[in-house]
Amino acid sequence: MVINARYGQALKHVPIILLGLLMIYPVLWLISSSFKPNQLIFSDPSLWPRTFTLENYVNGWQGFQGIKFSRFFANSFIISILSVLGNVITCSLAAFAFARLKFKFSKIWFSLMLVTIMLPYHVTLVPQYVIFNELHWINTYYPLVLPKWLATDSFFILLMVQFIRGIPRELDESATIDGCSQKQIYFRMILPLLVPALITTAIFTFIWTWDDFFSQMIYLSDLRLFTVQLGIRALFDPSGSSDWGALLAMSTLSLLPITAVFLMFQRYFLEGIATTGLK
Amino acid sequence: MGTSRRSLAREQNQTAYLFLLPWLIGFFFLTAGPMLGSLYLSLTKYNLLSPPTWIGLDNYVQILTNDSTFSGSLLLTFKYVFISVPLRLAFALLVAVVLNKGIRALGIYRTIYYIPSLLGGSVAIAIVWRQIFDSTGAVNKVLSWLGIQGPSWISHPDYIVYTIITLSIWQFGSAMVIFLAGLKQIPADLYEAAQVDGARKWNQFFSITLPMLSPVIFFNLIMSIIHSFQAFTPAFVIGDGRGGPLDATMFYTLYLYLKGFSFFDMGYASALAWIMLLIIGGFTAIVFVTSKYWVFYGDNKEGR
Repeated sequence: MVINARYGQALKHVPIILLGLLMIYPVLWLISSSFKPNQLIFSDPSLWPRTFTLENYVNGWQGFQGIKFSRFFANSFIISILSVLGNVITCSLAAFAFARLKFKFSKIWFSLMLVTIMLPYHVTLVPQYVIFNELHWINTYYPLVLPKWLATDSFFILLMVQFIRGIPRELDESATIDGCSQKQIYFRMILPLLVPALITTAIFTFIWTWDDFFSQMIYLSDLRLFTVQLGIRALFDPSGSSDWGALLAMSTLSLLPITAVFLMFQRYFLEGIATTGLK
Repeated sequence: MGTSRRSLAREQNQTAYLFLLPWLIGFFFLTAGPMLGSLYLSLTKYNLLSPPTWIGLDNYVQILTNDSTFSGSLLLTFKYVFISVPLRLAFALLVAVVLNKGIRALGIYRTIYYIPSLLGGSVAIAIVWRQIFDSTGAVNKVLSWLGIQGPSWISHPDYIVYTIITLSIWQFGSAMVIFLAGLKQIPADLYEAAQVDGARKWNQFFSITLPMLSPVIFFNLIMSIIHSFQAFTPAFVIGDGRGGPLDATMFYTLYLYLKGFSFFDMGYASALAWIMLLIIGGFTAIVFVTSKYWVFYGDNKEGR
Protein backbone atom coordinates (compact mmCIF):
# COMPACT_ATOMS: atom_id res chain seq x y z
CA MET A 1 0.00 0.00 0.00
CA VAL A 2 2.73 2.40 1.01
CA ILE A 3 4.69 1.67 -2.15
CA ASN A 4 1.54 2.08 -4.23
CA ALA A 5 0.84 5.44 -2.67
CA ARG A 6 4.37 6.54 -3.38
CA TYR A 7 4.06 5.49 -7.02
CA GLY A 8 0.77 7.31 -7.19
CA GLN A 9 2.45 10.42 -5.87
CA ALA A 10 5.24 10.14 -8.44
CA LEU A 11 2.77 9.45 -11.25
CA LYS A 12 1.02 12.71 -10.46
CA HIS A 13 4.20 14.55 -11.32
CA VAL A 14 4.53 13.01 -14.78
CA PRO A 15 1.90 15.10 -16.62
CA ILE A 16 2.97 18.22 -14.74
CA ILE A 17 6.60 17.72 -15.75
CA LEU A 18 5.65 16.96 -19.36
CA LEU A 19 3.56 20.10 -19.54
CA GLY A 20 6.41 22.05 -17.95
CA LEU A 21 8.80 20.81 -20.63
CA LEU A 22 6.35 21.81 -23.33
CA MET A 23 6.02 25.24 -21.73
CA ILE A 24 9.73 25.83 -21.52
CA TYR A 25 10.57 24.33 -24.93
CA PRO A 26 10.39 27.58 -26.96
CA VAL A 27 12.82 29.23 -24.54
CA LEU A 28 15.20 26.27 -24.66
CA TRP A 29 14.97 26.24 -28.47
CA LEU A 30 15.93 29.92 -28.54
CA ILE A 31 18.93 29.44 -26.24
CA SER A 32 20.24 26.32 -27.96
CA SER A 33 19.78 27.74 -31.48
CA SER A 34 21.72 30.83 -30.53
CA PHE A 35 24.79 28.60 -30.02
CA LYS A 36 24.44 26.75 -33.33
CA PRO A 37 26.22 27.73 -36.53
CA ASN A 38 23.84 29.50 -38.90
CA GLN A 39 23.37 26.62 -41.33
CA LEU A 40 22.45 24.18 -38.55
CA ILE A 41 19.77 26.29 -36.82
CA PHE A 42 16.91 24.98 -38.93
CA SER A 43 18.36 21.62 -39.94
CA ASP A 44 19.45 20.32 -36.54
CA PRO A 45 16.32 19.87 -34.40
CA SER A 46 18.07 18.68 -31.22
CA LEU A 47 18.16 20.99 -28.24
CA TRP A 48 21.81 20.16 -27.58
CA PRO A 49 23.95 21.83 -30.31
CA ARG A 50 26.14 19.30 -32.13
CA THR A 51 28.56 22.06 -33.01
CA PHE A 52 28.87 24.76 -30.44
CA THR A 53 29.78 28.29 -31.46
CA LEU A 54 29.89 31.75 -29.94
CA GLU A 55 30.16 33.38 -33.33
CA ASN A 56 26.48 34.44 -33.33
CA TYR A 57 27.04 36.46 -30.18
CA VAL A 58 30.14 38.12 -31.61
CA ASN A 59 28.34 38.95 -34.87
CA GLY A 60 25.15 40.11 -33.21
CA TRP A 61 26.96 42.32 -30.72
CA GLN A 62 28.38 44.28 -33.69
CA GLY A 63 24.86 45.64 -34.23
CA PHE A 64 24.43 47.49 -37.50
CA GLN A 65 25.50 50.73 -39.19
CA GLY A 66 28.36 51.03 -36.76
CA ILE A 67 26.20 51.02 -33.64
CA LYS A 68 26.83 48.13 -31.30
CA PHE A 69 24.23 46.25 -29.33
CA SER A 70 25.83 47.45 -26.12
CA ARG A 71 24.41 50.88 -27.01
CA PHE A 72 20.90 49.44 -27.30
CA PHE A 73 21.27 47.69 -23.95
CA ALA A 74 22.50 50.88 -22.29
CA ASN A 75 19.53 52.78 -23.76
CA SER A 76 17.03 50.21 -22.56
CA PHE A 77 18.55 50.29 -19.09
CA ILE A 78 18.44 54.09 -18.94
CA ILE A 79 14.75 54.19 -19.93
CA SER A 80 13.79 51.34 -17.61
CA ILE A 81 15.62 52.64 -14.56
CA LEU A 82 14.30 56.19 -14.98
CA SER A 83 10.80 54.75 -15.35
CA VAL A 84 11.19 52.63 -12.23
CA LEU A 85 12.28 55.62 -10.16
CA GLY A 86 9.41 57.72 -11.49
CA ASN A 87 6.75 55.13 -10.75
CA VAL A 88 8.07 54.27 -7.29
CA ILE A 89 8.28 57.89 -6.18
CA THR A 90 5.18 59.49 -7.68
CA CYS A 91 2.82 56.51 -7.28
CA SER A 92 3.75 56.11 -3.61
CA LEU A 93 3.14 59.82 -2.98
CA ALA A 94 -0.28 59.65 -4.59
CA ALA A 95 -1.10 56.38 -2.82
CA PHE A 96 -0.27 57.85 0.60
CA ALA A 97 -2.58 60.79 -0.07
CA PHE A 98 -5.42 58.52 -1.19
CA ALA A 99 -4.99 55.99 1.60
CA ARG A 100 -4.34 58.23 4.62
CA LEU A 101 -5.10 61.92 4.11
CA LYS A 102 -8.43 63.72 4.32
CA PHE A 103 -8.80 66.27 1.55
CA LYS A 104 -11.43 67.97 -0.55
CA PHE A 105 -12.89 65.99 -3.47
CA SER A 106 -10.85 62.93 -2.44
CA LYS A 107 -13.65 60.54 -3.47
CA ILE A 108 -13.92 62.07 -6.94
CA TRP A 109 -10.18 61.94 -7.58
CA PHE A 110 -10.01 58.37 -6.30
CA SER A 111 -12.76 57.15 -8.60
CA LEU A 112 -11.19 58.97 -11.56
CA MET A 113 -7.94 57.22 -10.72
CA LEU A 114 -9.71 53.85 -10.74
CA VAL A 115 -11.26 54.57 -14.13
CA THR A 116 -7.88 55.34 -15.70
CA ILE A 117 -6.65 51.83 -14.80
CA MET A 118 -9.06 50.30 -17.29
CA LEU A 119 -8.61 52.91 -20.01
CA PRO A 120 -7.06 51.51 -23.22
CA TYR A 121 -4.00 53.56 -24.16
CA HIS A 122 -5.36 54.09 -27.67
CA VAL A 123 -7.68 56.93 -26.68
CA THR A 124 -4.81 59.09 -25.49
CA LEU A 125 -2.24 57.90 -28.04
CA VAL A 126 -2.72 60.35 -30.89
CA PRO A 127 -3.05 63.58 -28.83
CA GLN A 128 -0.10 62.55 -26.66
CA TYR A 129 1.94 62.13 -29.80
CA VAL A 130 0.77 65.53 -31.02
CA ILE A 131 1.75 67.14 -27.70
CA PHE A 132 5.19 65.52 -27.62
CA ASN A 133 5.68 66.43 -31.27
CA GLU A 134 4.84 70.09 -30.54
CA LEU A 135 7.42 70.03 -27.74
CA HIS A 136 9.99 68.59 -30.21
CA TRP A 137 10.35 65.53 -28.00
CA ILE A 138 10.17 62.95 -30.77
CA ASN A 139 13.46 61.04 -30.74
CA THR A 140 14.05 61.82 -27.07
CA TYR A 141 13.30 59.66 -24.03
CA TYR A 142 10.88 62.18 -22.47
CA PRO A 143 7.73 60.67 -24.03
CA LEU A 144 8.71 57.27 -22.60
CA VAL A 145 9.85 58.38 -19.14
CA LEU A 146 7.88 61.52 -18.26
CA PRO A 147 4.50 59.71 -17.97
CA LYS A 148 6.01 57.53 -15.23
CA TRP A 149 7.09 60.63 -13.31
CA LEU A 150 3.49 61.82 -13.51
CA ALA A 151 2.09 58.61 -11.99
CA THR A 152 0.05 57.68 -15.06
CA ASP A 153 0.40 53.94 -14.30
CA SER A 154 -2.44 54.20 -11.80
CA PHE A 155 -2.49 50.44 -11.42
CA PHE A 156 0.48 50.82 -9.08
CA ILE A 157 -1.25 53.58 -7.09
CA LEU A 158 -4.08 51.16 -6.37
CA LEU A 159 -1.60 48.43 -5.43
CA MET A 160 0.04 50.74 -2.87
CA VAL A 161 -3.26 52.13 -1.58
CA GLN A 162 -4.33 48.57 -0.78
CA PHE A 163 -1.02 47.95 0.92
CA ILE A 164 -1.08 51.14 3.02
CA ARG A 165 -4.65 50.39 4.12
CA GLY A 166 -3.28 47.19 5.61
CA ILE A 167 -0.85 49.13 7.84
CA PRO A 168 -2.47 49.77 11.27
CA ARG A 169 -3.67 53.36 11.60
CA GLU A 170 -2.67 53.45 15.28
CA LEU A 171 0.93 53.78 14.10
CA ASP A 172 0.33 57.12 12.40
CA GLU A 173 -1.99 58.30 15.16
CA SER A 174 0.62 57.83 17.83
CA ALA A 175 3.14 59.57 15.60
CA THR A 176 0.76 62.52 15.16
CA ILE A 177 0.43 62.79 18.94
CA ASP A 178 4.23 62.84 19.13
CA GLY A 179 4.11 65.88 16.85
CA CYS A 180 4.97 64.33 13.50
CA SER A 181 3.64 66.11 10.42
CA GLN A 182 1.96 64.13 7.64
CA LYS A 183 5.10 64.43 5.53
CA GLN A 184 7.20 62.96 8.31
CA ILE A 185 4.70 60.11 8.70
CA TYR A 186 5.04 59.35 5.00
CA PHE A 187 8.83 59.39 5.03
CA ARG A 188 9.50 57.82 8.43
CA MET A 189 6.64 55.41 8.99
CA ILE A 190 4.83 54.48 5.79
CA LEU A 191 7.70 54.39 3.31
CA PRO A 192 9.79 51.83 5.21
CA LEU A 193 6.74 49.59 5.70
CA LEU A 194 5.76 49.99 2.06
CA VAL A 195 9.01 48.45 0.76
CA PRO A 196 7.46 45.15 -0.45
CA ALA A 197 4.89 47.05 -2.54
CA LEU A 198 7.62 49.38 -3.82
CA ILE A 199 9.69 46.39 -4.91
CA THR A 200 6.69 44.84 -6.67
CA THR A 201 6.10 48.14 -8.47
CA ALA A 202 9.77 48.44 -9.40
CA ILE A 203 9.96 44.92 -10.84
CA PHE A 204 6.82 45.21 -12.92
CA THR A 205 7.73 48.68 -14.17
CA PHE A 206 11.16 47.44 -15.17
CA ILE A 207 9.81 44.48 -17.12
CA TRP A 208 6.94 46.33 -18.78
CA THR A 209 9.20 49.21 -19.81
CA TRP A 210 11.88 46.82 -21.10
CA ASP A 211 9.25 45.10 -23.28
CA ASP A 212 7.32 48.20 -24.31
CA PHE A 213 7.95 47.80 -28.00
CA PHE A 214 4.96 49.87 -29.14
CA SER A 215 5.82 53.23 -27.52
CA GLN A 216 9.51 52.83 -28.28
CA MET A 217 8.72 52.24 -31.93
CA ILE A 218 6.43 55.26 -32.15
CA TYR A 219 8.74 57.73 -30.46
CA LEU A 220 12.23 56.56 -31.47
CA SER A 221 13.53 56.39 -35.02
CA ASP A 222 17.11 57.58 -34.48
CA LEU A 223 19.33 54.50 -34.49
CA ARG A 224 21.54 55.86 -31.72
CA LEU A 225 18.51 56.02 -29.40
CA PHE A 226 17.27 52.52 -30.25
CA THR A 227 16.36 50.12 -27.44
CA VAL A 228 17.02 46.38 -27.35
CA GLN A 229 13.50 45.58 -28.62
CA LEU A 230 13.91 47.96 -31.56
CA GLY A 231 17.38 46.60 -32.27
CA ILE A 232 16.09 43.05 -32.48
CA ARG A 233 13.18 44.07 -34.68
CA ALA A 234 15.65 45.85 -36.96
CA LEU A 235 17.84 42.72 -37.19
CA PHE A 236 14.77 40.68 -38.10
CA ASP A 237 13.64 40.69 -41.69
CA PRO A 238 10.24 39.03 -42.15
CA SER A 239 11.02 38.22 -45.78
CA GLY A 240 13.55 35.70 -44.52
CA SER A 241 17.03 37.01 -45.22
CA SER A 242 17.93 37.70 -41.59
CA ASP A 243 21.18 36.59 -40.00
CA TRP A 244 19.29 34.14 -37.83
CA GLY A 245 22.20 33.21 -35.61
CA ALA A 246 22.89 36.83 -34.64
CA LEU A 247 19.19 37.55 -34.27
CA LEU A 248 18.59 34.62 -31.91
CA ALA A 249 21.75 35.38 -29.93
CA MET A 250 20.64 38.96 -29.31
CA SER A 251 17.10 37.76 -28.56
CA THR A 252 18.51 35.46 -25.90
CA LEU A 253 20.49 38.31 -24.38
CA SER A 254 17.40 40.58 -24.46
CA LEU A 255 15.57 38.16 -22.16
CA LEU A 256 18.40 37.96 -19.60
CA PRO A 257 17.73 41.19 -17.65
CA ILE A 258 14.03 40.47 -17.05
CA THR A 259 14.75 36.84 -16.18
CA ALA A 260 17.44 37.93 -13.73
CA VAL A 261 15.10 40.44 -12.09
CA PHE A 262 12.41 37.78 -11.86
CA LEU A 263 14.65 35.16 -10.29
CA MET A 264 16.17 37.64 -7.83
CA PHE A 265 12.86 39.00 -6.59
CA GLN A 266 10.67 35.97 -7.22
CA ARG A 267 9.03 36.11 -3.83
CA TYR A 268 7.83 39.70 -4.22
CA PHE A 269 6.88 39.00 -7.75
CA LEU A 270 4.52 36.12 -7.16
CA GLU A 271 3.10 37.70 -4.01
CA GLY A 272 2.55 40.93 -5.90
CA ILE A 273 0.54 39.21 -8.60
CA ALA A 274 -1.46 37.28 -6.05
CA THR A 275 -2.39 40.24 -3.84
CA THR A 276 -3.23 42.63 -6.66
CA GLY A 277 -5.23 39.89 -8.26
CA LEU A 278 -7.31 39.29 -5.19
CA LYS A 279 -8.36 42.84 -4.60
CA MET B 1 -8.85 73.79 20.07
CA GLY B 2 -11.33 74.40 17.23
CA THR B 3 -8.95 76.61 15.30
CA SER B 4 -6.02 74.24 15.70
CA ARG B 5 -8.13 71.36 14.46
CA ARG B 6 -9.18 73.44 11.48
CA SER B 7 -5.59 74.38 10.73
CA LEU B 8 -4.65 70.71 11.03
CA ALA B 9 -7.30 69.86 8.45
CA ARG B 10 -6.03 72.63 6.21
CA GLU B 11 -2.49 71.35 6.56
CA GLN B 12 -3.64 67.85 5.62
CA ASN B 13 -5.50 69.21 2.62
CA GLN B 14 -2.38 71.04 1.45
CA THR B 15 -0.10 68.05 2.00
CA ALA B 16 -2.52 65.80 0.13
CA TYR B 17 -2.61 68.05 -2.92
CA LEU B 18 1.15 68.44 -2.81
CA PHE B 19 1.55 64.65 -2.83
CA LEU B 20 -1.04 64.30 -5.57
CA LEU B 21 0.50 67.00 -7.74
CA PRO B 22 2.43 64.72 -10.14
CA TRP B 23 -0.61 62.50 -10.57
CA LEU B 24 -2.92 65.50 -11.10
CA ILE B 25 -0.62 66.96 -13.76
CA GLY B 26 -0.44 63.58 -15.46
CA PHE B 27 -4.19 63.12 -15.19
CA PHE B 28 -5.00 66.44 -16.85
CA PHE B 29 -2.19 66.65 -19.42
CA LEU B 30 -1.63 63.01 -20.33
CA THR B 31 -5.00 61.35 -19.70
CA ALA B 32 -8.11 63.53 -19.48
CA GLY B 33 -6.89 66.28 -21.81
CA PRO B 34 -5.69 63.89 -24.53
CA MET B 35 -8.93 61.91 -24.20
CA LEU B 36 -10.97 64.99 -25.02
CA GLY B 37 -8.36 65.87 -27.64
CA SER B 38 -8.80 62.56 -29.40
CA LEU B 39 -12.58 62.93 -29.25
CA TYR B 40 -12.18 66.29 -31.02
CA LEU B 41 -9.61 64.97 -33.52
CA SER B 42 -11.93 62.07 -34.35
CA LEU B 43 -14.33 64.67 -35.78
CA THR B 44 -11.64 66.19 -38.00
CA LYS B 45 -9.26 65.41 -40.80
CA TYR B 46 -5.74 65.78 -39.45
CA ASN B 47 -2.33 64.75 -40.73
CA LEU B 48 -0.03 66.45 -38.18
CA LEU B 49 1.34 68.93 -40.74
CA SER B 50 -1.64 71.20 -41.37
CA PRO B 51 -4.22 72.17 -38.72
CA PRO B 52 -7.21 69.84 -38.26
CA THR B 53 -10.26 70.53 -40.43
CA TRP B 54 -13.71 69.82 -39.00
CA ILE B 55 -15.60 67.10 -40.86
CA GLY B 56 -18.20 66.18 -38.24
CA LEU B 57 -19.06 62.49 -38.06
CA ASP B 58 -17.54 61.65 -41.46
CA ASN B 59 -14.77 59.48 -39.99
CA TYR B 60 -17.28 57.42 -38.02
CA VAL B 61 -19.63 57.10 -40.99
CA GLN B 62 -16.73 56.02 -43.19
CA ILE B 63 -15.51 53.47 -40.61
CA LEU B 64 -18.90 51.96 -39.91
CA THR B 65 -20.30 51.84 -43.43
CA ASN B 66 -17.46 51.78 -45.89
CA ASP B 67 -14.28 50.27 -44.42
CA SER B 68 -13.87 46.56 -44.93
CA THR B 69 -10.43 46.59 -43.27
CA PHE B 70 -12.09 47.91 -40.10
CA SER B 71 -14.77 45.22 -40.02
CA GLY B 72 -12.17 42.57 -40.86
CA SER B 73 -9.81 43.69 -38.10
CA LEU B 74 -12.69 43.90 -35.61
CA LEU B 75 -13.80 40.35 -36.42
CA LEU B 76 -10.21 39.10 -36.21
CA THR B 77 -9.69 40.78 -32.84
CA PHE B 78 -13.00 39.33 -31.54
CA LYS B 79 -11.91 35.90 -32.71
CA TYR B 80 -8.59 36.31 -30.92
CA VAL B 81 -10.17 37.57 -27.67
CA PHE B 82 -13.00 35.04 -27.53
CA ILE B 83 -10.82 32.03 -28.24
CA SER B 84 -7.70 32.97 -26.29
CA VAL B 85 -9.22 34.46 -23.10
CA PRO B 86 -11.50 31.51 -22.15
CA LEU B 87 -8.87 28.93 -23.08
CA ARG B 88 -6.14 30.74 -21.18
CA LEU B 89 -8.27 31.10 -18.05
CA ALA B 90 -9.56 27.50 -18.23
CA PHE B 91 -6.01 26.25 -18.59
CA ALA B 92 -4.79 28.43 -15.74
CA LEU B 93 -7.59 27.18 -13.49
CA LEU B 94 -7.02 23.52 -14.38
CA VAL B 95 -3.29 23.66 -13.71
CA ALA B 96 -3.81 25.68 -10.52
CA VAL B 97 -6.28 23.11 -9.16
CA VAL B 98 -3.86 20.26 -9.95
CA LEU B 99 -0.90 22.09 -8.38
CA ASN B 100 -2.94 23.01 -5.33
CA LYS B 101 -3.35 19.36 -4.27
CA GLY B 102 -0.40 19.64 -1.90
CA ILE B 103 2.10 18.54 -4.52
CA ARG B 104 5.81 18.54 -3.75
CA ALA B 105 8.13 21.09 -5.36
CA LEU B 106 5.18 23.41 -6.04
CA GLY B 107 7.54 26.40 -6.12
CA ILE B 108 9.60 25.03 -9.01
CA TYR B 109 6.55 24.20 -11.12
CA ARG B 110 5.02 27.58 -10.40
CA THR B 111 8.22 29.29 -11.55
CA ILE B 112 8.46 27.27 -14.75
CA TYR B 113 4.82 27.86 -15.64
CA TYR B 114 5.19 31.54 -14.90
CA ILE B 115 8.23 32.11 -17.14
CA PRO B 116 6.18 32.30 -20.39
CA SER B 117 4.09 35.14 -18.92
CA LEU B 118 7.30 36.90 -18.04
CA LEU B 119 8.92 36.61 -21.47
CA GLY B 120 5.90 36.35 -23.75
CA GLY B 121 5.49 40.07 -24.41
CA SER B 122 8.93 40.50 -25.93
CA VAL B 123 9.89 40.77 -29.57
CA ALA B 124 12.32 37.87 -29.04
CA ILE B 125 9.61 35.35 -28.18
CA ALA B 126 7.39 36.52 -31.04
CA ILE B 127 10.30 35.78 -33.39
CA VAL B 128 10.78 32.34 -31.79
CA TRP B 129 7.08 31.66 -32.29
CA ARG B 130 7.36 32.49 -35.95
CA GLN B 131 10.13 29.93 -36.32
CA ILE B 132 8.50 27.17 -34.26
CA PHE B 133 5.32 27.43 -36.33
CA ASP B 134 7.18 27.77 -39.63
CA SER B 135 6.29 25.14 -42.23
CA THR B 136 9.53 23.28 -41.37
CA GLY B 137 9.45 24.26 -37.70
CA ALA B 138 9.13 22.20 -34.52
CA VAL B 139 5.32 22.03 -34.49
CA ASN B 140 5.10 20.49 -37.93
CA LYS B 141 7.96 18.09 -37.11
CA VAL B 142 5.99 16.75 -34.15
CA LEU B 143 2.87 16.54 -36.32
CA SER B 144 4.79 14.61 -38.97
CA TRP B 145 5.87 12.03 -36.36
CA LEU B 146 2.16 11.49 -35.79
CA GLY B 147 1.66 11.15 -39.53
CA ILE B 148 -0.04 14.52 -39.94
CA GLN B 149 1.04 16.92 -42.64
CA GLY B 150 0.94 20.30 -40.90
CA PRO B 151 0.03 23.42 -42.86
CA SER B 152 2.35 26.40 -43.25
CA TRP B 153 1.01 28.16 -40.17
CA ILE B 154 2.72 31.49 -40.77
CA SER B 155 2.22 32.10 -44.47
CA HIS B 156 -1.36 30.78 -44.69
CA PRO B 157 -3.92 33.51 -43.88
CA ASP B 158 -6.36 31.00 -42.37
CA TYR B 159 -3.92 29.65 -39.78
CA ILE B 160 -1.65 32.47 -38.67
CA VAL B 161 -4.17 33.80 -36.14
CA TYR B 162 -4.05 30.43 -34.33
CA THR B 163 -0.31 30.74 -33.84
CA ILE B 164 -0.94 34.11 -32.18
CA ILE B 165 -3.70 32.55 -30.07
CA THR B 166 -1.37 29.77 -28.87
CA LEU B 167 1.19 32.40 -27.93
CA SER B 168 -1.46 33.99 -25.73
CA ILE B 169 -2.58 30.70 -24.16
CA TRP B 170 1.06 29.79 -23.53
CA GLN B 171 1.17 32.74 -21.14
CA PHE B 172 -1.43 31.33 -18.73
CA GLY B 173 1.04 31.46 -15.83
CA SER B 174 0.13 34.88 -14.44
CA ALA B 175 -3.57 33.97 -14.22
CA MET B 176 -2.57 30.64 -12.67
CA VAL B 177 -0.60 32.37 -9.91
CA ILE B 178 -3.67 34.49 -9.08
CA PHE B 179 -5.88 31.38 -9.05
CA LEU B 180 -3.40 29.54 -6.81
CA ALA B 181 -3.54 32.39 -4.30
CA GLY B 182 -7.34 32.32 -4.49
CA LEU B 183 -7.47 28.56 -3.93
CA LYS B 184 -5.38 28.95 -0.77
CA GLN B 185 -8.07 31.25 0.65
CA ILE B 186 -10.83 28.63 0.44
CA PRO B 187 -11.36 27.19 3.95
CA ALA B 188 -10.41 23.50 4.10
CA ASP B 189 -13.38 22.66 6.34
CA LEU B 190 -15.73 23.26 3.41
CA TYR B 191 -14.12 20.34 1.61
CA GLU B 192 -14.06 18.24 4.79
CA ALA B 193 -17.77 18.82 5.30
CA ALA B 194 -18.44 17.90 1.68
CA GLN B 195 -16.42 14.73 2.06
CA VAL B 196 -18.40 13.75 5.16
CA ASP B 197 -21.56 14.27 3.13
CA GLY B 198 -20.12 11.99 0.46
CA ALA B 199 -19.78 14.59 -2.30
CA ARG B 200 -17.59 13.53 -5.20
CA LYS B 201 -14.48 15.48 -6.25
CA TRP B 202 -16.27 16.62 -9.39
CA ASN B 203 -19.19 17.99 -7.36
CA GLN B 204 -16.81 19.61 -4.90
CA PHE B 205 -15.18 21.47 -7.76
CA PHE B 206 -18.47 22.84 -9.06
CA SER B 207 -20.15 23.52 -5.70
CA ILE B 208 -17.20 24.76 -3.65
CA THR B 209 -14.14 25.63 -5.72
CA LEU B 210 -15.82 27.50 -8.58
CA PRO B 211 -18.19 29.65 -6.47
CA MET B 212 -15.51 30.47 -3.91
CA LEU B 213 -13.11 31.40 -6.68
CA SER B 214 -15.63 33.40 -8.72
CA PRO B 215 -14.42 36.87 -7.56
CA VAL B 216 -10.91 35.97 -8.72
CA ILE B 217 -12.23 34.59 -12.01
CA PHE B 218 -14.22 37.80 -12.44
CA PHE B 219 -11.10 39.94 -11.93
CA ASN B 220 -9.03 37.80 -14.30
CA LEU B 221 -11.75 37.84 -16.94
CA ILE B 222 -12.06 41.64 -16.95
CA MET B 223 -8.31 42.24 -17.05
CA SER B 224 -7.76 39.58 -19.74
CA ILE B 225 -10.48 40.96 -22.00
CA ILE B 226 -9.19 44.54 -21.72
CA HIS B 227 -5.63 43.38 -22.24
CA SER B 228 -6.35 41.08 -25.19
CA PHE B 229 -8.28 43.70 -27.15
CA GLN B 230 -5.07 45.78 -27.14
CA ALA B 231 -2.69 43.07 -28.40
CA PHE B 232 -0.08 44.45 -30.78
CA THR B 233 3.47 43.06 -30.63
CA PRO B 234 2.66 39.40 -31.56
CA ALA B 235 0.54 40.48 -34.53
CA PHE B 236 3.18 42.96 -35.64
CA VAL B 237 6.16 40.60 -35.37
CA ILE B 238 4.60 37.24 -36.31
CA GLY B 239 2.82 38.84 -39.26
CA ASP B 240 4.68 41.05 -41.69
CA GLY B 241 4.02 44.25 -39.73
CA ARG B 242 1.48 45.53 -42.24
CA GLY B 243 -1.33 43.15 -41.37
CA GLY B 244 -0.42 40.49 -43.92
CA PRO B 245 -0.72 37.82 -45.19
CA LEU B 246 -4.02 39.10 -46.63
CA ASP B 247 -4.92 41.11 -43.51
CA ALA B 248 -4.84 37.92 -41.43
CA THR B 249 -2.80 39.67 -38.72
CA MET B 250 -4.58 43.01 -39.03
CA PHE B 251 -5.46 43.26 -35.33
CA TYR B 252 -7.42 46.32 -34.30
CA THR B 253 -4.45 48.02 -32.64
CA LEU B 254 -2.24 47.33 -35.65
CA TYR B 255 -4.84 48.88 -37.97
CA LEU B 256 -5.06 51.93 -35.72
CA TYR B 257 -1.28 52.21 -35.67
CA LEU B 258 -0.99 51.95 -39.45
CA LYS B 259 -3.75 54.54 -40.02
CA GLY B 260 -2.28 56.99 -37.51
CA PHE B 261 1.45 56.54 -37.82
CA SER B 262 1.99 55.11 -41.29
CA PHE B 263 -0.64 57.03 -43.28
CA PHE B 264 -0.78 59.90 -40.75
CA ASP B 265 -4.57 59.94 -40.92
CA MET B 266 -4.75 60.89 -37.27
CA GLY B 267 -8.38 61.97 -37.18
CA TYR B 268 -9.38 58.57 -38.52
CA ALA B 269 -7.10 56.80 -36.02
CA SER B 270 -8.70 58.78 -33.16
CA ALA B 271 -12.15 57.72 -34.30
CA LEU B 272 -10.93 54.10 -34.35
CA ALA B 273 -9.65 54.59 -30.80
CA TRP B 274 -12.99 55.88 -29.55
CA ILE B 275 -14.87 53.02 -31.18
CA MET B 276 -12.47 50.65 -29.45
CA LEU B 277 -13.05 52.38 -26.10
CA LEU B 278 -16.81 51.94 -26.53
CA ILE B 279 -16.41 48.26 -27.44
CA ILE B 280 -14.13 47.50 -24.51
CA GLY B 281 -16.37 49.54 -22.20
CA GLY B 282 -19.38 47.61 -23.47
CA PHE B 283 -17.83 44.22 -22.80
CA THR B 284 -16.58 45.28 -19.38
CA ALA B 285 -20.09 46.50 -18.56
CA ILE B 286 -21.62 43.19 -19.68
CA VAL B 287 -19.24 41.25 -17.45
CA PHE B 288 -20.00 43.61 -14.53
CA VAL B 289 -23.78 43.39 -14.97
CA THR B 290 -23.84 39.61 -15.32
CA SER B 291 -21.42 39.26 -12.41
CA LYS B 292 -24.20 39.46 -9.82
CA TYR B 293 -25.55 36.18 -11.19
CA TRP B 294 -22.31 34.26 -11.07
CA VAL B 295 -19.88 36.01 -8.72
CA PHE B 296 -20.20 34.93 -5.11
CA TYR B 297 -18.77 37.31 -2.52
CA GLY B 298 -19.34 35.27 0.65
CA ASP B 299 -21.80 36.07 3.47
CA ASN B 300 -20.15 39.12 4.98
CA LYS B 301 -20.15 41.15 1.79
CA GLU B 302 -23.52 40.13 0.40
CA GLY B 303 -26.02 42.85 -0.40
CA ARG B 304 -23.39 45.47 -0.88
